[in-house]
Amino acid sequence: MSPLLDVKDLVVDYPVKGFRKPPFRALQGVSLEVEPGECVGLVGESGSGKTTLGRAVLGLAPVTSGSIGFQGREIGRLGRAERRALAGDLQVVFQDPYTSLNPSLTIDQILTEPLIARKTGKAEARNRVRELLDAVHLPSDAGQRLPREFSGGQRQRVAIARALALDPRLIVCDEPVSALDLSTQARVLDLFQEIQARTGVAYLFISHDLDVVRHLSHRVAVMYRGQIVEWGAAAEVTVRPQHPYTKRLFLAAPVADPVKQERRRAERRRLETMEVSR
Amino acid sequence: MTSLRRRLLRNPIGLGALLFLVVVVLSAVFAPLLAPHDPNTANAYDTLSGPSGKYWLGNDSSGHDVLSRLLFATRLSVTLTAETLVIAAVLGIVLGLLAGYYGKVFEAVGSAATSLLQALPAIVVLLAAKSVLGPSDFAAMAVFGVLIAPAFYRVVYSAVSAVRGELYVDAARVSGLSDPRIIGRHVLTVVRAPVIVLAANIAGISVAISAGLDFLGLGDPSIPSWGGMLNDGFANIFTQPLLVLWPSLAIGLTCVAFALLGNALRDELERAAVPRKKAVVTRQTAAAPIVPDDALLSVHHLSVGYPTANGSMQTVVEDVALTVRRGEVHGLIGESGSGKTQTAFSILRLLPGGGRIVGGSIAFEGRDLAGLSAKEMAAVRGKKIAYVPQEPMSNLDPSFTVGSQLVEPMRIHLGLSRADAKARALELLARVGIPNPRRTYGSYPHELSGGMAQRVLIAGAVACDPELLIADEPTTALDVTVQAEVLDLLRDLQRERQMGVLLVTHNFGVVADICDRVSVMRAGRIVETGPVRSIFADPQHEYTQSLFAAVLSNTEGEGVVA
Repeated sequence: MSPLLDVKDLVVDYPVKGFRKPPFRALQGVSLEVEPGECVGLVGESGSGKTTLGRAVLGLAPVTSGSIGFQGREIGRLGRAERRALAGDLQVVFQDPYTSLNPSLTIDQILTEPLIARKTGKAEARNRVRELLDAVHLPSDAGQRLPREFSGGQRQRVAIARALALDPRLIVCDEPVSALDLSTQARVLDLFQEIQARTGVAYLFISHDLDVVRHLSHRVAVMYRGQIVEWGAAAEVTVRPQHPYTKRLFLAAPVADPVKQERRRAERRRLETMEVSR
Repeated sequence: MTSLRRRLLRNPIGLGALLFLVVVVLSAVFAPLLAPHDPNTANAYDTLSGPSGKYWLGNDSSGHDVLSRLLFATRLSVTLTAETLVIAAVLGIVLGLLAGYYGKVFEAVGSAATSLLQALPAIVVLLAAKSVLGPSDFAAMAVFGVLIAPAFYRVVYSAVSAVRGELYVDAARVSGLSDPRIIGRHVLTVVRAPVIVLAANIAGISVAISAGLDFLGLGDPSIPSWGGMLNDGFANIFTQPLLVLWPSLAIGLTCVAFALLGNALRDELERAAVPRKKAVVTRQTAAAPIVPDDALLSVHHLSVGYPTANGSMQTVVEDVALTVRRGEVHGLIGESGSGKTQTAFSILRLLPGGGRIVGGSIAFEGRDLAGLSAKEMAAVRGKKIAYVPQEPMSNLDPSFTVGSQLVEPMRIHLGLSRADAKARALELLARVGIPNPRRTYGSYPHELSGGMAQRVLIAGAVACDPELLIADEPTTALDVTVQAEVLDLLRDLQRERQMGVLLVTHNFGVVADICDRVSVMRAGRIVETGPVRSIFADPQHEYTQSLFAAVLSNTEGEGVVA
């Protein structure tokens, strides 16, 4: 069986302002696949190209070369109309729950948006919105209210509900819990897991936080400077990293335990001095 | 939008202007019914006569009834204004939407066309157009509509290109909405308000311009117009001065009404929730508390409040007690809205927007910071108490070099000469791990990475050898690998200089890494405080326990060590 999402040698260039300046290469030949019902974590620091990869899959970043296969079809360079037809299967949850919801629309209006595109009838859309609010554990009267009346975690639930509206096969999650408080973050991650168990949707889960990715993912890819430097089962990559960059990333994240953290700090400093002396 | 309408009606100036304009439009619409005489019937016996029972406002030089002509001229003005507005708005908004949303060709064409139009002197173009198109006011104002369209273009273009980058527009695209739908739902709502404000102002301008053209005698003399009447009045100003008054009033009041309406709309749009009343609160000073001997900073019963719209105070920090000892790193942890940053800012006395200390004391080196004057506090801040912010980039002024921003406070606080301050700045930059201090000294903030900028700010913070360093989420905006390096640096500097550090964070890992003691905040209160090791090993308060439960399980991964 072919993978749900099959990215091969993907290159994305962003034009640089200025006369005859060479373009900036955000992705330099990235390959990755996501099986149906799987969660693939994508870890990296800012500027590593992880968000660009997600945007390229969604058709929001220009594909310079390489291919993006989705359900056996090439979707790297689709026209706007073909892209729209894909909306039912491929969805997104963005990082910032404050700017990803239009502040002047009610939750009902936001959630019916994808349904309008599908030309769903009014009564049916109303039922669907109620189902969706229920699925993300928001009260059913939430629909009449505006985004600003909700906390960050609740807004992210609305964004998740919007992504679920058309029963997609794959959701690209771009740092969906980074802007949330610790306890909220844990609850939203639980929601992601619960939805996956129920609907069998696959996630491409982008995060800078190794702990978050480890918690949710089956497989993990580590990105560094536009390339995937390590790729494998989550239990392997996030616990016994092989690539030096992944090791550094792993040791840099402080753990919430003063005793262990002291050991890790000493280990990290030893690794750094080793690198410098080399 | 409905709320804008409601607010406008509550604004006395806006309401007055709107009512006047409604009267103007109604008298234009019903001019044939209202006018007591035919506006074009000349009465040879009654030229230039003053107001009378038959002719309420008198007669002009040809014996026309002034009131009737004024009413019919209103018709012309209203139509011309509407015409100009429609042409300018349609052209400007459509092109602005296309250019802002799609960019590329539309943007190039739109910007070039608007620049060209704005470079043309409008009145010269209008006069030229008149000579080509003949005396019709409608043709001339159509040309003016095109000339003023760039005003709409610019407003719409900037609003749309800002919205274009919003995530909710991306989300709508991924949802499969077509472009016209996205524009209708997400984009038009944003431009609606500024366009309405602009339209009111442009309407006022076009009233004046059309009257001006008619006054110059360039209009159609067979149609009554305000400008034409004014012209007639001026020609006979010595025989019948009142003739100038009526058209002047009509033109002046209409222009003023449009301008005031525009201003009122803008005011109502921009009005933030400004508190109407100033809350009067006196600070309650607590009885002298017991302070440990080695305490550098000791905060007691601290409460911070913000005035609300109805004049009362809303407390965001309540009864907080906190002690930072010399050479100790004290973590202040909590979720967003817990009041941890407010506590830090109140110690610095830098509470934003109306916030103030409503109770308690902040003892620092034998003085109560809460009671110092602004001037005394300024001497403490930077010299005795330093601050490292969350967003390094927004805390460096982009228009000055790194060097000048480091040197300035040292010259003020330490009284160093320029050369000495520079030498010390270079030394500090080297100390905080900047690889090439000389180059960084001369560079501008935008040339630095986030980690570098934070190092520069730390260098600046320790420049005057402060006793206490307050760091507000100093690593939250940084990548984890950079965060680890910055924490290392903070720890080294703190040990080296025996500073007290108050570190505000939401990250338990950071607390575990660097802090000696920790206080956990929730809803403006400290729920638990103690040495890091004992709190992490055995949290007492249930809120602390729930926070620990939310920390994602960390697999040890000793394999890395191999």
